[in-house]
Amino acid sequence: MSQVACCCEEMSDQEKTERLNEILDEYKHKPGGLIPVLQHTQSIYGYLPEEPLKIIAKALDKPYSEVAGVVSFYSFFSTHPRGKYQVRVCLGTACYVRGGKEILDALKKELGIDVGETTEDRLFSLEVGRCFGSCGLAPVILVNEDVHRRVKASKVGEILAQYKGEATDDQ
Amino acid sequence: MPKITINNTEIEVAHGTTILEAAKQLNIKIPTLCHIDGCAPIGACRVCLVEVDGARDPVASCSTPVTDGMKVKTNSKTARSARKGVVELLLSEHDGDCQTCERGGDCELQQLARDLGIRTVRFEGAKAEKVIDESTPALIRDSGKCISCRRCVTVCNEIQGVGSIFPQGRGFKSNIGPAFTSNLDNVTCVQCGQCSAVCPVGAISEHDQIDEVWKALDDPDKHVVVQTAPAIRAALGESFELPPGTLVTGKMVTALRQLGFNAVFDTNFAADLTIMEEGTELLTRLKKALVDGDKSVALPMFTSCSPGWINYAESFFPEILPNISSCKSPQQMFGAVAKTYYADKIGVKPENMVVVSIMPCTAKKYEAARPEMTGSGVQDVDIVLTTRELGRMIKMAGIDFESLPDQEMDSPLGLSTGAADIFGNTGGVMEAALRTVYEIVTGQDFPFPHLHISPIAGLEGVKEASVKIENTVPEWSFLKGVEVKVAVAHGLSNARKLIEKILKGEADYHFIEVMCCPGGCIGGGGQPRFTDNNVREARISALYREDEGKKLRKSHKNPDIVKIYNEFLKKPLGHRSHELLHTEYTSKTKV
Repeated sequence: MSQVACCCEEMSDQEKTERLNEILDEYKHKPGGLIPVLQHTQSIYGYLPEEPLKIIAKALDKPYSEVAGVVSFYSFFSTHPRGKYQVRVCLGTACYVRGGKEILDALKKELGIDVGETTEDRLFSLEVGRCFGSCGLAPVILVNEDVHRRVKASKVGEILAQYKGEATDDQ
Repeated sequence: MPKITINNTEIEVAHGTTILEAAKQLNIKIPTLCHIDGCAPIGACRVCLVEVDGARDPVASCSTPVTDGMKVKTNSKTARSARKGVVELLLSEHDGDCQTCERGGDCELQQLARDLGIRTVRFEGAKAEKVIDESTPALIRDSGKCISCRRCVTVCNEIQGVGSIFPQGRGFKSNIGPAFTSNLDNVTCVQCGQCSAVCPVGAISEHDQIDEVWKALDDPDKHVVVQTAPAIRAALGESFELPPGTLVTGKMVTALRQLGFNAVFDTNFAADLTIMEEGTELLTRLKKALVDGDKSVALPMFTSCSPGWINYAESFFPEILPNISSCKSPQQMFGAVAKTYYADKIGVKPENMVVVSIMPCTAKKYEAARPEMTGSGVQDVDIVLTTRELGRMIKMAGIDFESLPDQEMDSPLGLSTGAADIFGNTGGVMEAALRTVYEIVTGQDFPFPHLHISPIAGLEGVKEASVKIENTVPEWSFLKGVEVKVAVAHGLSNARKLIEKILKGEADYHFIEVMCCPGGCIGGGGQPRFTDNNVREARISALYREDEGKKLRKSHKNPDIVKIYNEFLKKPLGHRSHELLHTEYTSKTKV
């Protein structure tokens, strides 16, 4: 996958639609194209709004119920706007036994939100995942595409602070 | 070919045969709650577990192909306890209010629990979330009863190609239903009810309207008439444990009279009327196209009797709406003439008449409620019951169905020909239409043996035939030498194949019959459960028997049809017909 980071803030609505159409042209005749199309679409819009999903269903000649079924199956996909930084805590076996659950609790407390929610300043949203394929680095969290290894519950505040700083720098 | 042993019996089966299919050949019953014959196995319910020598765990027999030398035990301790465990787990999350559930006594899960001798459920856990969706006039969905077997998903997606429902979410919280668990009326659903026909439990059923019928019957100010669709007489007996394909026309009439209907009429009468209108419409379209060179005439013409098919065309192929016959379905034609022609004859105001339909179909409930179906000035058909609901109503009334004597339908909307009987099966509307059209055009007898066009009979998904017009009466001389090409499709995914061929310009048919449900109305979503191909064939042959047993087998020979034209409608496609018997279709956005 070429691009997963959110680029929603830089694009106009028209540009988003154009980009979506390009992706659909690329994938509409490929078997198994639905999931990559959804991944790209989420990177364009920051989440998966209803309208693009209906366009995708039509273009790939799939029932809307099936597209919705795939979207709602994977925790990676979201139908609600998400924060600038998506914090994803791995709760796969290796991360879980090495304290993934404690990290999640610490993040919930630090951010004041539950899983699936976004902070009021739209900076962070919190998700869980089941194995990011980095078990040797357990426990792992992802912030957008950055992998944070051997995370300690007591240190989550420091990790978040880096991004808060970045956001302030942007402004 | 692989040789396998099931419960000490050897059998040789074709490559690719599953254990479940092989066992069936030996008459060994393995239960399943998710499998549908003819559809790809999905192994969702895990109820069909069997023990296979050498395998670590019991395997799902529906999705495991046999291999040479395989030794299968369907009845060992391991197999029995695995199956029992699975059913107990299903029961532990199922909202099992069996005494008051619509499916009580007719529920596959209940039956299975009984068959497996389950007396206690060892597991206690959370129940599936109960959300009731009553958003459509046709169907009710109860997620608390759903066991996620996905049979409904299979029929909706594979057989009908509609795809209104699909598993949403994941794990224990997953839900079988429309996109993002919205209500059915928020998405494209043709309301055919095939999902309710295959549901093993009470999770999807027809919108029950029995109480509305009782209320009308109990109201002394209402004149309540009933019409019965052709497919009911070939299936209602199954609600009373009679074998599929038992014809119960006479008993059905008696039962309806005992329920208290003021008049018992036949949708078949309206089917004969449909042939007069639709046959004339076809000939008119052909004349405009072939003689007048009118390019705006849409051909091929499609039949319009099946409301699920109409819903499908309106949402999926709005470009072919001009090709669909403008004739209302027989149900709606009946309602419109009952509340005008008949109401006038007996001196009852249409608003004081209640027309009840007995239909094999859940989409008919939707059709009756369409706002344009008010040709008589009020809603033409008031209440629609499925075959299953009528069966329940007869039981409620304490009527001993099997012992009932046979009675005849009432006049003037009760007499019908054999052509009307076969409206209930795939190929039947086409055959009925051609019996009449051929005779009108040629003035000669319909030339097929026993009046049946065998290439369009049977359960093949898409069928075709052609009829050469050799000689004609002067009025239709432009058809001399024309080979009329027809096609028949049943099950909407088959209809889709046919439509796509036509849109690509790869077919040159004149007339096409589409029935929404596999097998036609006899396999409708409101018929007694469970309908497989054996049951479909039995019901179809019953309708052919009913047809062949009648003296009159061509719609235009029905004396009461001749009479209604003389006294009331004047001529097919005439002014009154247009007002009462024809309709328009609306393009809808597909969701």
